[in-house]
Amino acid sequence: MANKPILKEVLRDRGVSRRGFMRYCATLTSLMALPAAMAPKVAQALEGAPRPSVIWLSFQECTGCTESITRSSAPSLEDLIFNAISLDYHHTLQAASGHAAEAAREAAMKAQDGKYLLIVDGSIPLGNPGYSTIAGISNEDMLRDAAKGAAAIIAVGSCAAYGGLPMADPNPTGAVSVSQIITDKPVVNIPGCPPIAAVMTGVLAHFLTFQGLPDLDELGRPVVFYGDTIHDRCYRRPFYNQGLFAKGFDDEGARKGWCLYELGCKGPVTRNACATIKWNGGVSFPIQSGHGCIGCSQPDFWDAGSLYTAVASPTADITPVAGMAAAAGVGAGVAVAALNAQSKKKTASESTPVTVQELGDKQ
Amino acid sequence: MTEPGMDLLMWARGTGFQIAIGVFLFGLVLRLIEIFALRRKADVAPPKGDAVSGGLRTIFTRFVPAPGFAALLPAQIIGGVIFHFGLLFIVFFFVPHIAVIKDTFGVSWPGISSAVINALTVLTVAILVVLLVVRLKHPVRRYLSDFQDYFIWALTVVPLVSGYMAFNAVGPYTIVLAIHVLSAELLIALIPFTRLTHAFTWVSSRYYNGAFAGRKGTMS
Amino acid sequence: MTAVSVERGVEALRQQVDASVASYMSSCIHCGLCAQACLFYTETGDPKYTPQRKLEPLYRVWKNDFTLLGRLASMAGLGCKITDEFLDEWEELIYDSCTLCGRCTMACPVGIDITAVVRKTREGMVASGHVPEGLIGAATRAVEGGGPMGDLLPALKAVIRRSEAATGIPVEVDKEGAEYMVILSAQETVGFPEIVEAYSKIFKQAGVTWTISTKAFEGTNVGIQIGSRDIARTLVQRVVDAAEELKVKAVIAPECGHAYTALRWEGPNLIGRTYEFDVVHITELVDQLIKEGRIKFKGKHKSKITYHDPCQTNRRGGMLNPPRAILAEISENLVEMEDAGLWNWCCGGGGGVGANERADELKTKVFMRKKRQLDGVKPDELVTSCANCRNIIEEALDHYEIDLPVLGLTEMVAEYMETDEIEEPAADKAVKGEDQ
Repeated sequence: MANKPILKEVLRDRGVSRRGFMRYCATLTSLMALPAAMAPKVAQALEGAPRPSVIWLSFQECTGCTESITRSSAPSLEDLIFNAISLDYHHTLQAASGHAAEAAREAAMKAQDGKYLLIVDGSIPLGNPGYSTIAGISNEDMLRDAAKGAAAIIAVGSCAAYGGLPMADPNPTGAVSVSQIITDKPVVNIPGCPPIAAVMTGVLAHFLTFQGLPDLDELGRPVVFYGDTIHDRCYRRPFYNQGLFAKGFDDEGARKGWCLYELGCKGPVTRNACATIKWNGGVSFPIQSGHGCIGCSQPDFWDAGSLYTAVASPTADITPVAGMAAAAGVGAGVAVAALNAQSKKKTASESTPVTVQELGDKQ
Repeated sequence: MTEPGMDLLMWARGTGFQIAIGVFLFGLVLRLIEIFALRRKADVAPPKGDAVSGGLRTIFTRFVPAPGFAALLPAQIIGGVIFHFGLLFIVFFFVPHIAVIKDTFGVSWPGISSAVINALTVLTVAILVVLLVVRLKHPVRRYLSDFQDYFIWALTVVPLVSGYMAFNAVGPYTIVLAIHVLSAELLIALIPFTRLTHAFTWVSSRYYNGAFAGRKGTMS
Repeated sequence: MTAVSVERGVEALRQQVDASVASYMSSCIHCGLCAQACLFYTETGDPKYTPQRKLEPLYRVWKNDFTLLGRLASMAGLGCKITDEFLDEWEELIYDSCTLCGRCTMACPVGIDITAVVRKTREGMVASGHVPEGLIGAATRAVEGGGPMGDLLPALKAVIRRSEAATGIPVEVDKEGAEYMVILSAQETVGFPEIVEAYSKIFKQAGVTWTISTKAFEGTNVGIQIGSRDIARTLVQRVVDAAEELKVKAVIAPECGHAYTALRWEGPNLIGRTYEFDVVHITELVDQLIKEGRIKFKGKHKSKITYHDPCQTNRRGGMLNPPRAILAEISENLVEMEDAGLWNWCCGGGGGVGANERADELKTKVFMRKKRQLDGVKPDELVTSCANCRNIIEEALDHYEIDLPVLGLTEMVAEYMETDEIEEPAADKAVKGEDQ
């Protein structure tokens, strides 16, 4: 720890001005939905924070999450944060490979036992450990081993958080999420395919500032970023309210920027910060570019019906069911009608005229 | 791990929808055959007027309340009329509903402003509440009401309220939407097996009523 | 032969279920609007009289025996119960508190013909023996003695003699080949015999030939009121046989609501064929004679009158315009009660209620509706074209100590009709009439 400079020194070395740093802290504060008065506290905490050791494990994943966090226009705030941590193991980014790389991970785990942050992307195959191994170690074993000494575990991306695409039906590898294996420690889920870079760094900043985890919802997501649905915050929401919907991707409605609900937008059932933080440095997000939200940050999003079917529309073809039901209805109806006709006929043939004598007798 | 309500919503959009449509169609076809296969004996009394035109006439004239009734029972009569038209517009002219119909049957038509539908929903639910109060307070309605009357009231009000909540983002959307879809499916499935059948048989009942009168040269 | 029983009642009800009944029973949502249309509810405020409740017996039979769910429930022993106690409870609703006036049928938003269902339900009540004593008595007298008041042939003969003496116009009885055969309501024969004089004058003036059959002069059909197809058929058959024997062109239904319904609308269906003659209501015929210019009037009734529409000829029978067309010719001061016409209120004693002594108190109570209607227009006289309405209204006016003469429409026509007798001596006229 003594050999790790604190963030303030790193920033100074990289030529970041005090003003720039304070602006960053203000942005972070606002992102984390903290009162503006908290900004100096965030700055103070970040300035004094030692660079924590981070071990990043990548399992069944596509590297999209890493791309998302690193592919931001430089010099970015995300970049700054990544300089504020000591990324001791990340097999895509680190220079070392092979035994040297694994040795670095083991060394970090040992040296920073109980203090390091464990970040995971990708799902873990339980169907057969051989589906995904690193240096001959199964993903599950490596995760369990690394999780033991972690101060906190962050599952980045929908695969790590909820199993993601590898878990999509029929889930050939028996993929599971991090939280399905690690049940004795809180796991922060930062779902998304990929997640928004600022959300990832925001969580890190929170950890650095408060030395703890942010408030999580029932799905382990930081409430500040995942509290609202895309639909709640969508700039096209007024069109939904007015009942103005694009019916195709190149029609009048689409050109006018109307609501994409009918084109299958999953905004209403998707919790994420895309509509507010947006992507690529706040330039745009899928709906703004004319495509509905596909709900990538939701569990099982790949199996939640067609991407182009409205979120409340039926996912199943009802034609065969309807045909069978109608046929059964005809069958049952004809049967009942036959019984009815029979009983009416029987009743009519059996009935005898009522006479006034009979009525008189009753009296 | 899934978003709360997502499993329910997916079930409602898939299996639930199939069951609901299946039960509804089975029941409707059964009930209609059950009713009309009973037929009617031919009337051999020479007609004095036309049965068919009398029947068709009553189908439409019965939309107008009996004279004096609206003043006597304003909540029930005016409320009843607004409720039915409100429901009609909400069910068939809310754009996302048309999307469901289009995705299911391939037919669609223009919707009306969601803001109007939203206001109409508030009005319709308010009227349903008034009608419930009338049912509980008015001596005749209270006397006539049985469990099913209250049950179908609830069956009707839940999709309206949950739909309103979903549209206005009240409560967790996925759960609310799931409840909305499921309750609407329950409503649809039970139409043929409850008094909600009147959604179809009002046409035939009015027709018969008017036809009997029309044949006799009178009006109903 | 088995005695009347619940089982027979259910069987009879089963025969009444058809597509219209099934449609009605599937439509009711218990809105209760029909209560406001029913004077038994509006005048008592008792919700049990709501017309909807009167659907219940037939509803249970339909549900148990003609629906899949009901059949399954019945098999599981969960069907609706139809017991003697249940039918006992409903007897009052089906007979004492329903005049088959048809207002509920007009008011039902989903179009249930509640009146028709009550009429059908009476079939089951008869077969199960749940019928008011008064109606059984009337039915027995009608079947065994010729009319609801017994054998009225001697009375009819006296009425005819009196008419001939008063008008000088002979009444040809049992005359084959006459154009029209007149039948009378027992109420007319006994209470309003002047009607025969009116017929004599009008038909003489219009040049219409007519007769009365001594075999079938009773128009009243207690079978319709009590709700028994079997009894009604017997009574209709008498009229049909007599009319076809006399080869008349048409039978004139009297000023009696249900007599018209019985002969005109139910009769052919009861005997299973159309008649060889037409059925025309006297009001309808008079209207036609006026329109053809065969009768003219010499003046108009001056005092303020109002017209009570008899439910069975008006709302349920289809005679919507003729009465007022006639009144326009003979009255210069007709005022209409609130709800007059298609929506007029019942006198309270139709549909057999008048013959059911047990219902007397209720019948008198619900007359308050008519009384309020009358209070609204304060007429000098009330005109109607149904002997039963006339009788019920007169009795009720007596009860409430209201001095209001009740006139018969046809008699008024005779009174204001221009006759040739004015120029000719009565005796010559009579001889001339015989020569024709």
